[in-house]
Amino acid sequence: MEQMVDDSLEDAFQHRIDAEVKIEPRDWMPERYRASLVRQIAQHAHSEIIGMQPEGNWITRAPSLRRKAILLAKVQDEAGHGLYLYSAAETLGVDREALVDMLQTGRQKYSSIFNYPTLSWADVGSIGWLVDGAAITNQLALTHTSYGPYARAMVKICREESFHQRQGFELLWHLSHGTEAQHEMAQESVNRWWWPSLMMFGPPDHSSPNSEQSMRWGIKRVSNDELRRRFVDMTVPQARALGVLLPDPELRWNESTGHHDFGPINWDEFHRVVGGDGPCNAERLTRRRRAHEEGEWVREAARSWATRHVPARIEAA
Amino acid sequence: MTDALAATRSRLCDYALALGDDCLILSHRLSEWTGNAPDFEEDVALSNLALDLLGQARGLLTHAGELEGSGRSEDDLAYWRDDLQFRNLILVEQPKGDFAWTVTRNLLFSTYQELLYQELSQSAEPILAGIAAKGALEASYHCEHAALWTARLGDGTAESHQRMEQALMALWPLTGEMFELAPGQAELVSAGLAVDPSLVLEQWQLRVGEKLQDATLSIPRVPQRRCQGRLGFHSEHLGHLLAEMQHLHRSHPDASW
Repeated sequence: MEQMVDDSLEDAFQHRIDAEVKIEPRDWMPERYRASLVRQIAQHAHSEIIGMQPEGNWITRAPSLRRKAILLAKVQDEAGHGLYLYSAAETLGVDREALVDMLQTGRQKYSSIFNYPTLSWADVGSIGWLVDGAAITNQLALTHTSYGPYARAMVKICREESFHQRQGFELLWHLSHGTEAQHEMAQESVNRWWWPSLMMFGPPDHSSPNSEQSMRWGIKRVSNDELRRRFVDMTVPQARALGVLLPDPELRWNESTGHHDFGPINWDEFHRVVGGDGPCNAERLTRRRRAHEEGEWVREAARSWATRHVPARIEAA
Repeated sequence: MTDALAATRSRLCDYALALGDDCLILSHRLSEWTGNAPDFEEDVALSNLALDLLGQARGLLTHAGELEGSGRSEDDLAYWRDDLQFRNLILVEQPKGDFAWTVTRNLLFSTYQELLYQELSQSAEPILAGIAAKGALEASYHCEHAALWTARLGDGTAESHQRMEQALMALWPLTGEMFELAPGQAELVSAGLAVDPSLVLEQWQLRVGEKLQDATLSIPRVPQRRCQGRLGFHSEHLGHLLAEMQHLHRSHPDASW
């Protein structure tokens, strides 16, 4: 009996998805849909939080006050995006503290791209141009995702991300058109970030286990390979405008497909980094845990204060 | 330009540099919290304070360069001066410390800055007055943030209370130089261009005392030391801060960014 009720609910749910009606927090949804969304939104939130580290690495060393202000504002945006996304996840009945715990104990993942180190100032530009560029390609598709709060969060986040991408492009443009040493710095950085950026879209469609169900539920709107192709087509002319070379000898325009062909991606590296064996996996998590642990006495003090003060204020009001 | 006018401009330049250096150096210390704060809301908040102060620093250093008349930009002044040429308070260059330390410093400094800027917004020097008017508003938010946390930490747990007391004991002695008139500034004050900081001391003590009292803390019974950051004699911390801040810029002397 229960199964029949669930089946008819699930049919109605799928009809709404197919009719492009957004699912809202109080609507009925299959448990697997909820779990899948929680996992995806949390992973996205975690990526924003961990993503503060590689760029934050350069705030105190930014080479001009203008660049310092831009970078500070950008990293601050990322904390804001993290908060915003945790709130979207909370509409699905989980709480932020539990999600942050999942991040810090390694039970949920964040985008593997942040396990690469920022070794030069140009990396701030490459992250903006390539990493944020890849993120936008992905997130623009997500503005049409089936879950309302997530889709709306993406609209706001995409606006800020597009500013992030442009600042990265502009930073690299100045380096590329600056002194010889600056140009080399830009090229060397692009060499390191190009392939990991392509990996950000995830494994190829034929070996992406969760994709099919996500597509049917309208959580995922565009496949990994299609997003990757869009990103490459968008980025190649930008690289030309920047005056940097993309490190792929097989990259060329294909007249017959109307898209760029590109060389094979090193999926062994991808799986190794996702599996925890990237250059900075351990450092990123250690630093996140340390900030959390060192802040425990502060949060405890705030909780203690609130139990004694906030109720009184509400009573007075 | 007459000699008197040139002397006034040079003194005003020193004055703007001192105020600008306070902002630049404290902004650096606050930005060290970005990604390391006790919760994500504070990552946002402390980065925001750092950004406000950086904005003020840029306005003040740019103006100092104009007053100096030698064509030095904000970046020339930030990146190409050595420790002895910085004029910031010793207080702001102290390491980031724990969160109680940061909150305490913010309370002491932002209260001072708000009072000073309110006075300076009446200056006969229009650019300084403009920067100060905008800065006073920002400083009032910084005070509010510091006061909220002072209450929560002072009146939170035994541990947070103790940490606040320790921070106060260590930082209070460094506040003396906030209220001293730097050499050459008396002329600026009498011309209505700059503010005599000793005039805001009483008000500062009153306000800080109130916030501490609300937080079950009190002004520590330790004297305010005579620091000489305004004269360029700093603690050892500043050199390390500048080494980090300046190294990339100085490694590429011909570059623009």
